[in-house]
Amino acid sequence: MGADANKKPRLTTSAMIASIASEGQRTEAAPFGHALVAAAQQDSRIVGMTADLSKYTDLHIFARDFPERHFQMGMAEQLLMAAAGGMAKEGLVPFATTYAVFATRRAYDFIHQVIAEENLNVKICAALPGLTTGYGPSHQATDDLALMRAVPGLTVIDPCDALDTAQAVAEIAAYNGPVYMRLLRGKVPLVLDQYDYRFELGKAKLLRGGKDVLIISSGIMTMRALEVAELLGDGSADVAVLHVPTIKPLDEATIIEECRRSGRLVIVAENHSTVGGLGEAVALALLKARVHPEFRQIALPDAFLDAGALPTLHDRYGISTATMAANIRVWLG
Amino acid sequence: MTIIPQDAEAVSPLQRVAYHAWRIRRFALRMGEVQGQGYVGQALGWADVLAVAYCHAMKIRPADPHWEGRDRFLLSHGHYAIALYAALLEAEIIPESELETYGSDDSRLPMSGMATYTPGMEMSGGSLGQGLPIGVGMALGLRLKNNPAWVFNSMSDGELDEGSTWEAALSASHHKLSNLIALVDLNKQQADGNSHEILEFEPLVDKWQAFGWHVQRVDGNDLAAVVTAFDNAMSLTELKPRVILFDTLMGKSVDFLETREKNHFIRVDQDEWQAALSVLDANYEKGGF
Repeated sequence: MGADANKKPRLTTSAMIASIASEGQRTEAAPFGHALVAAAQQDSRIVGMTADLSKYTDLHIFARDFPERHFQMGMAEQLLMAAAGGMAKEGLVPFATTYAVFATRRAYDFIHQVIAEENLNVKICAALPGLTTGYGPSHQATDDLALMRAVPGLTVIDPCDALDTAQAVAEIAAYNGPVYMRLLRGKVPLVLDQYDYRFELGKAKLLRGGKDVLIISSGIMTMRALEVAELLGDGSADVAVLHVPTIKPLDEATIIEECRRSGRLVIVAENHSTVGGLGEAVALALLKARVHPEFRQIALPDAFLDAGALPTLHDRYGISTATMAANIRVWLG
Repeated sequence: MTIIPQDAEAVSPLQRVAYHAWRIRRFALRMGEVQGQGYVGQALGWADVLAVAYCHAMKIRPADPHWEGRDRFLLSHGHYAIALYAALLEAEIIPESELETYGSDDSRLPMSGMATYTPGMEMSGGSLGQGLPIGVGMALGLRLKNNPAWVFNSMSDGELDEGSTWEAALSASHHKLSNLIALVDLNKQQADGNSHEILEFEPLVDKWQAFGWHVQRVDGNDLAAVVTAFDNAMSLTELKPRVILFDTLMGKSVDFLETREKNHFIRVDQDEWQAALSVLDANYEKGGF
């Protein structure tokens, strides 16, 4: 018995908050927390609020420096959103954190009615966006962008890496209005410092040009798209990457301008279900503008996803760098 | 407050709020007549509490409804808008000329209360169970700003069904929000009927006490008791949130509405509005002033 058990191969395991950084990738720790501290030093109206997930959204960094401006609301997301609205009514600028599934699914009506309907200055920062945990559908926010895009007046952003996150925090702190931001926490990959890039609210940015393929992406999929472009740069294809960190309002002008350039396969890559995210938003913008490129969507299926290890799942659902590159090779023939 | 009876010097504080309560009921009935419908049963039942809030307890500046020093009044039960508009009319925050626009297209006085429409309306209600958690955030914010204003959250007993109400009740006590006062209208009527048959919420005094609140339960149509309850809630030194549970009678002060079959929406026929005003006025005269 003992001898056989010892020979069993070690299984691939998962953790709820596994890092999305690949082996050896450069990272920065808690970019959201540090950026919020920097913003709060400039603006005394900023407060932090959380629903029992301070440590897991990097808000504890802020709490350490500003204990009197950090509010623990308990594991009560409806309360979190409504109380953040109440804080904003009093002229404060609350950054409210929890996991994306709980913010968007459980507290939807409170975001819609309390925060958005009165255009209150609340920043909802939601961790574990899309498929960034192998914990199963309870924690996989594969529908958060669809839900938040449906809320009138809500600005929706999906940053790519540590640099994007830090710059986005500074910009949304300065912006007066409700925002939903997807939050990358812990050791967050650092990628965009290698490009001529700066986060600007509402702007899509071309990170690299290319004559065969245009990948339009947001969030961590931009990091993947850049890796794919490197892989296919072996002579397979010349790939351009347009990063769209602001999902709403969408920078339709830049997207249409890039897609008008004839002959390129256009691929929208998103860490989200096929329903209601960046892919559908881009497709509608192109149809309205009568721009009709070859179009593909790389996204998560409209399904309850499996539990498992993130690398396994990203391969299974086609959002890993390797599977993306393989699919694009097929599409290019 | 701003509107007082002509012989103001001669009247007692209680007579003064009685006068305002009567006028709030009149405004509500007149708005009901404009629309031919509305939650006038609730307005008549809640008028005494509103009169004490707006004409006795709260600091407000009618010409500057969003004055930073004002006491905040959240109307969580948005369908009571007709009652709050009546109080805002009485407090001269809304001009009387707007009364007849109630519920009409492009009016600042929509059927369900919304902060985005109406001066003096502190929140957009209607989705029930949101006022108390908003109040928690405002009370925390006021404390952080060292602003001594009060936050009142006006709510219906139906909102005791909502989980978010109890999330807020836990949190208010946890954060020792002694600047937060919840006002609960126990009229025991919900959309589908008697509250006790919809979802039993008693024993309420025990529940709120167990959640760490200072609790009072009074007859919400006994003006003297309502005044005392407000005074008590605002003079306590305990570091606790405060709740006043008001047992009220829908349709109060219009006898034929008081006794009409009770449900969420009291039916008033078109020819009854003037009769209702007459009964209200007669009852007020009888009550002595």
